[in-house]
Amino acid sequence: MTDLSQALAPARPRLAGRLKLALCIFALMAAVPPLAHALGEPFLIVVATRMMVFAIAALSLDLILGYGAMVSFGHAAYLGFGAYAVAVLSRAGIDDLFLHLLAGIAASAVFAALTGAISLRTRGVYFIMITLAFGQMAFFFFVSFSTLGGDDGVALTARSTVLGMPLLQGAQGMFYVTLALLVLVFAGLYRLTLSRFGRVLTGTRESALRMQAIGFRPFPYQLTAYVIAGCLCSIAGVLLANQAIYVSPAYMSWHRSGEMIVMLVLGGIGSLTGAMVGGLVTIALEEGLARYSEHWRLGFGLILVLVALFSPGGLSGLLRRLGLGRDAT
Amino acid sequence: MFNLFLLQLLNGAQFGILLFLVAAGLTLVFGIMDFINLAHGVLYMVGGYVMAMMMGATNNFWLSLAMVLPLTLAVGLVLEVLVFRRLYDRSHLDQVLATFGLVLVLSELVRIIWGSAPLSVAMPEILSGSVPLAGPVRYPVYRLGVIGVGLGVALALWFVIARTRVGMLLRAGAANRSMVSALGTDINRLFMLVFAAGAMLAGFAGAIVSPILSVDPGMGDSILILTFVVIVIGGVGSVKGAFCAALLAGIVDTLGRMFGPIILKSIMDPAAAAQAGRTIAPMLVYVLMAAVLFWRPAGLFGRSVAR
Repeated sequence: MTDLSQALAPARPRLAGRLKLALCIFALMAAVPPLAHALGEPFLIVVATRMMVFAIAALSLDLILGYGAMVSFGHAAYLGFGAYAVAVLSRAGIDDLFLHLLAGIAASAVFAALTGAISLRTRGVYFIMITLAFGQMAFFFFVSFSTLGGDDGVALTARSTVLGMPLLQGAQGMFYVTLALLVLVFAGLYRLTLSRFGRVLTGTRESALRMQAIGFRPFPYQLTAYVIAGCLCSIAGVLLANQAIYVSPAYMSWHRSGEMIVMLVLGGIGSLTGAMVGGLVTIALEEGLARYSEHWRLGFGLILVLVALFSPGGLSGLLRRLGLGRDAT
Repeated sequence: MFNLFLLQLLNGAQFGILLFLVAAGLTLVFGIMDFINLAHGVLYMVGGYVMAMMMGATNNFWLSLAMVLPLTLAVGLVLEVLVFRRLYDRSHLDQVLATFGLVLVLSELVRIIWGSAPLSVAMPEILSGSVPLAGPVRYPVYRLGVIGVGLGVALALWFVIARTRVGMLLRAGAANRSMVSALGTDINRLFMLVFAAGAMLAGFAGAIVSPILSVDPGMGDSILILTFVVIVIGGVGSVKGAFCAALLAGIVDTLGRMFGPIILKSIMDPAAAAQAGRTIAPMLVYVLMAAVLFWRPAGLFGRSVAR
């Protein structure tokens, strides 16, 4: 009987644990700039900014992959749309961050709506591959765009401004704007996944057939989630372009899309905090290992293989099995 | 114009054959084991590097090619025993994570052993000429050889799959894995065999392409994605589908790059046509794939069963 009541009890306590973990992460991240200054390593701020940018990207992918069971292998395209929105608009003399975000989101929404509607006709492996195809189309579109540097990419003249103020110019300003957007994206997705919409989406993940049987057509929910995920990922793209002051098609290569899936699986899917942790840890690992050796990919690859072989459920699964942070999924 | 077309058609067929050699193993791994293997392109690269290494040691093309087969087979077996075997029952995502990690590990190992600079492999004397083809057009013997060998492999594969007992088990395994297992076939041995044979075919493709293209650490990546496209167009698990789709993709890609800009020039001004041609040509294969999946969501020869 206790088993049953446990199973039927709303997932409240688990969710509270999840929120606590997220708040801890935000607090830790907020402490990075003063710590980095105290340690005399301002480089850490730049690394932490990149970590958070990819945490946003991983969060956006978690909505469709973790909650909707739609494994998109072309998600890096939206990173590119955000980045190129910055490049195109700043070339036209428009420097405002909000307009850049708006343009990136609009472009992503259109692309995601069109390609999502076609991709959702397929299932399983075929869905993975058709999203890959659309991602590659976007990639090659920008590779051959010679006015924007083509294959080589294009350097930006300056970072975006916020309401006319050069808030992003310094590493610290860039960092806190990124952190603020990370918190916003997390909070938005947290609310969304707990809403009626999120519940229906999770239902289609478990069984599209049963959802249909109780009167929900999965397609509109899945497509909406697909579009939202694309839009959120373009936010990461806008930030990435600003952080590097450089935009290149390499942001949208299939390798990036694969890396985003890796982040998610590494952190644990379908919990938002897992995605965030995965994004942060992956970039931290990459940057950290790269400082030790030019052959860092060897170590990074080995870690991925070992996690896949011995720790199902990624890092969250590992924590659970160690008995730590039972609520930390 | 016709000569150019013929030439490019042959180039496309040669490229398609190459795609088929890599795709044949992958589509079986994909179809029978329901396993996503991102590391398959790396085996193609390993084939190229082993070929370059053996050529450096023996300077004998045929001997090197003969050595590539057992060596890539061995690499395939080692990977299967160490990594893949443990992942068959796991979700696609775990498989993506592990094989993505393997791609990083193996490419980096190749960089450590052979460096990042491209290596070249000399063509055998006997195949380095060209033969006349329709009037003034000549075509390299080696590329014709590649097409011939590829067709031979395709024929042999067809024979094995359609006419032998192993082939029967493969077809049955692709249709219903657990039923074959329940009827008393050691499915794990079958998996190992398929995987190793696929690795050998991919390595073989990497070896025979090495005199035409250079051998470099990125070669596996570039072919992997096209291989996936081929498999999905053909229908996962179908070798016949992979063959048709590989030729289709090879020819569409090659002709598109050549004739796309020429055709566009007739309807728009040259500068815009050149730009548009450059943009559209590399996308053509992906447009083809999206179109095929739109009308046939399980590929050309795929069975439309949801897993």
